[in-house]
Amino acid sequence: MPKHTTEQITEKEWPLWEVFIRSKAGLDHKHCGSVHASDAEIALESARDVYTRRSEGISIWVVPSNAITASKPEDKESLFEPADDKIYRHPTFYDIPKGAGKM
Amino acid sequence: MTELNKVNDLVQYAAQIGDNGLIIGHRMSEWCFRAPSIELEMALMNCALDLIGQARELYSYAGKAGDEGKKEDDFAYLRDEQDFRNALLAEVPNGDWGDTIVRLFFMSAYNKLFYTKLAKSTDAELAAIGAKSLKEVTYHLRFSSEWLIRLGDGTEESHRRAQKSIDDLWAYTGELFTMTDAEKRLLEDGISVDVTALKADWDRLVGQILDQATLSVPENDWMQSGSKSEGRHTEHFGYIITDMQYMQRRYPGCEW
Repeated sequence: MPKHTTEQITEKEWPLWEVFIRSKAGLDHKHCGSVHASDAEIALESARDVYTRRSEGISIWVVPSNAITASKPEDKESLFEPADDKIYRHPTFYDIPKGAGKM
Repeated sequence: MTELNKVNDLVQYAAQIGDNGLIIGHRMSEWCFRAPSIELEMALMNCALDLIGQARELYSYAGKAGDEGKKEDDFAYLRDEQDFRNALLAEVPNGDWGDTIVRLFFMSAYNKLFYTKLAKSTDAELAAIGAKSLKEVTYHLRFSSEWLIRLGDGTEESHRRAQKSIDDLWAYTGELFTMTDAEKRLLEDGISVDVTALKADWDRLVGQILDQATLSVPENDWMQSGSKSEGRHTEHFGYIITDMQYMQRRYPGCEW
């Protein structure tokens, strides 16, 4: 018999999952959107059906949205602006030997 | 047997496999704008498009194999009810989510076994269509199996309703494993698939998933038939082709 009684199902919406797609071998998985699904396996299938219909991917990750810890928009100044005037952190002061080709 | 009869058999066979895809594909397309969520709507439409795509390839081939210069549209839009030889399972109404999932599950389990064999047909074109379709129906089977497991092993209500869907649709599964005379003749040349030999594997495959879903296999073995062999359909079929063929009947030859 089934695992749950009807009364045990209290949420009206399925949980949200973030979808990451690898478009081709060698590239990173990239965030492309989200789906609602009851569990990880269904989330994976929904991601396939919604986000790879036009051959966009060769691999999919789904992650529960509530597993992501995000920075706050109001912290933007203190988190990111201090890096703006520290150009010496960019490796632009090196001469690259011709033989090295494109970096 | 004369060459002409062989051609007729091949045309009938290709069209009949196509009919299965077109009719269940059309049924699934009826979920457009009605599915429980956008994700499921996309999933059903993807399946529908796969199935209708399979029908297009098979109708094109039937047209090419015959000598009347028929095109895929002639098969889909200009034949009458009794000319369609899809399995009855393909045409039963969508019902609720459970009915749609169970119908797709029964059909996909059959399609997976069927196309695996068709991919080895001695007819190169049918073999190629079989190989391509196999990938599509493998996903349909995965999708419908996962849903059936969740419905059966979900809540009391989803379990009860999924079991009812299985009980209601069970009588339509037997026809899948019957063979027409044309199919039997084509089997001698290795062109068609011996579907009677697929039944044991289908029972095993379906039994495994139903077991996982905590659902039971019905015990009744009386089966509906008539469409595949003689074009005798359920009372629902006329409405399908009325809807599907309206445009071509009203505006013959119309294109857009």
